[in-house]
Amino acid sequence: MVYDFSELSGIQLDILREIGNIGSGNAATALAQLLNAKIDMNVPQVNILPFAEVPDLVGGADLHVVGLFLVATGSAPASILFLLPVDKACLLVDMLMGKEWGKTNPSNLSDMDISALMELGNIICATYLNALAMFTQLDFRPSVPALGIDMAGAILNSVLAQFGAVADHVLVLETEFKRGDQEIVGHFFLLPEPGSLDVILASLGVSL
Amino acid sequence: MSKIIQVGMADFKMATAPDKLITAGLGSCIGICLYDKVIKLGSLTHIMLPSSSQAKNASNEAKFADTGLKLAIREMEKNGAQASRLLAKIAGGAQMFKFSGESDIMKIGERNSVAVKENLQLHRIKLLSSDTGGNYGRTIIFDPETGDLLVKTIGHGERII
Repeated sequence: MVYDFSELSGIQLDILREIGNIGSGNAATALAQLLNAKIDMNVPQVNILPFAEVPDLVGGADLHVVGLFLVATGSAPASILFLLPVDKACLLVDMLMGKEWGKTNPSNLSDMDISALMELGNIICATYLNALAMFTQLDFRPSVPALGIDMAGAILNSVLAQFGAVADHVLVLETEFKRGDQEIVGHFFLLPEPGSLDVILASLGVSL
Repeated sequence: MSKIIQVGMADFKMATAPDKLITAGLGSCIGICLYDKVIKLGSLTHIMLPSSSQAKNASNEAKFADTGLKLAIREMEKNGAQASRLLAKIAGGAQMFKFSGESDIMKIGERNSVAVKENLQLHRIKLLSSDTGGNYGRTIIFDPETGDLLVKTIGHGERII
């Protein structure tokens, strides 16, 4: 059984990367429809990283971020975490709620703002999951996302701890959404549960 | 010049005064600080999980409460500390996300703090103070000179324990 992303071969990684690409492409489209604005996207960076290096990738363990976490059940249970800096998340809320740019206050989010963020997270994560489901023909049933607003390290280690017993590496997709000259960089983390990686790879015809 | 030494996730480091140890963004993880007052040697272990016994891969000792504490005691003794003089302070063990119908796995923070306390007792190390639980992250800075542990949070204040 494959437990850790570091055990994967080149071709298996390429396929996971491609799914990531398509997943974030769909997420950008969903975002554009939701915001009724043109959203550009860069080709996502895909990394397999040891846990210890993850906080640095997202801007340091101390960075104040919004984290959306959801669990997908089904034949290949997996979790998805979407992280973005809190000031960037506020820009998304501005767009979504039709507020003036920079109007949302990161240190004083209203219930409406939080609800908007949950909805954004829900859509972004679900579109990503859809891409995975389409490719693998597997069934993923996402939970309602949980929202955390705190230090990046704190959110990350709470999520990674669940996988710490079997793995030391995580698959990270760095996606950059742009609206005009405003860059909004978010990070997706795909965290298959033990055994799920085998099911996913087998369904793609690249099992070991 | 004193240095501030960074300790990452599932990592272990030691420092002698006036150097300090920092670990940023503890969520469900726990920072275990041990120190020997006499030689002013301190250590910080950033553990992620309560026990190595059920792990598929336990090669990184610093990842687990049980092996992480053993590692810290062993390394500190190598550097002149005496196990009988060691004192401990801990912080972390929060629950960052709340789900309806919470499963056990989501309570890792709580299980971590219980496991750390049990292991400290097992090794007869006195726990001087702790700051655990809650639903927010912590950044901690440990000073082996005074034994002070500074806990910083976002929106939940700052304190020395």
